[in-house]
Amino acid sequence: MIGLAHFLILGAILFCISVAGIFLNRKNVLILLMAIELMLLAVNMNFVAFSRFLGNTDGQVFVFFILTVAAAEAAIGLAILVVLFRNRQTINVQELDSLKG
Amino acid sequence: MPIETIIFYAFSSVLVLSALAVITVRNPVYAALFLVLCFFTSAAIWLLLEVEFLAIVLVLVYVGAVMVLFLFVVMMLDINVEPLKEGFARYLPVGLLVALAMLVEMLAVLGIKRFGPESFPAPPPHPAGYSNTRELGELLYTEYVYPFEIAAVILLVAIIAAIALTLRRRPETRYQDPGRQVQVRKEDRLRVVSMEAEKR
Repeated sequence: MIGLAHFLILGAILFCISVAGIFLNRKNVLILLMAIELMLLAVNMNFVAFSRFLGNTDGQVFVFFILTVAAAEAAIGLAILVVLFRNRQTINVQELDSLKG
Repeated sequence: MPIETIIFYAFSSVLVLSALAVITVRNPVYAALFLVLCFFTSAAIWLLLEVEFLAIVLVLVYVGAVMVLFLFVVMMLDINVEPLKEGFARYLPVGLLVALAMLVEMLAVLGIKRFGPESFPAPPPHPAGYSNTRELGELLYTEYVYPFEIAAVILLVAIIAAIALTLRRRPETRYQDPGRQVQVRKEDRLRVVSMEAEKR
C-alpha cells in the first residue's frame, strides 16, 4: 500500500536530482532555471502529500501560492536571461564575471 | 498488488528518469521537453492523491504557459550547445557526492519508520460528489483572501518587470509619439502666404 513515506521519498529523490543538476550544468543558465523549477516541484509534492494524509486543505493553498511565485520567478528569470544574452552574447555562467574586482 | 501501487511506481519511475534526463541531456530544447514530461507525470501522481484542481493547474499553467515560455526563450537565443557541456565530467563527482549525501540525510529523516502506514494511515477516499475545486476555493476566498490578493500583486509586478527588462528602443525604427502628435498646433504645419496672382 502506498503511504506518506513513498511520496516524501519521491520528493526527496527529485530534490536531490535537481541539486545535482545545479552542480553539473554550471555553464548553462537555462538548465539551472529548469533545475530550480524541478526543485519547486519536489517541494510541492511534499506539500500535496502532507495535505492529503493529514486531511488539511491548507497545504494545497500553499502549493497554489508556490505555483504563482514560481511562474513570476520564471518570467523574470527568463527576461533577465534574454537581456543578458543580448548584451553579452553568452549564457555561460563562468563568463559572467564583469562584477569581479 | 492494488492498482494504485502499480500506477504510483510506474509514474514515479517515469518521473525520476525524466528528471535525470533534464539535467543530463545536451540540448536545452530536449531538457525543456523532458521537464514537460516531469510535470505531466507529477500531475498524474497528484491525481492519485485526489488533488484534482492542482493537478489540472499544473498541466495548464506550468506546461501550458511556463514551459512554453522556456521553449520560446531556448529557441530564440542562438546558443552554441557544445561548449556548454564542457565542465560536465569535471563537476560530476562533486555533484553526485552532494546529491547522494543529501538523499541519505533526507531518507534518514523521512524513512518508512516515521512516515509509514502505521503512523500515517491512508485516509479514506472522498465520497462521489466531492469537489476538490470547491473546497480549495472556499478556503482561498475566505481565510486566505489577503494572501491571494498579494499573489495577484506579485503577478502584476512580474508582468511589469518582464516587459520593462526586455523592452528596448531601436533608434532605427520609426514610431509615432501620440503625446507630440496631439500637441501640434496649426501654426506648426500650415503657413499662409500672400502673393500676387500670376498672370496667365
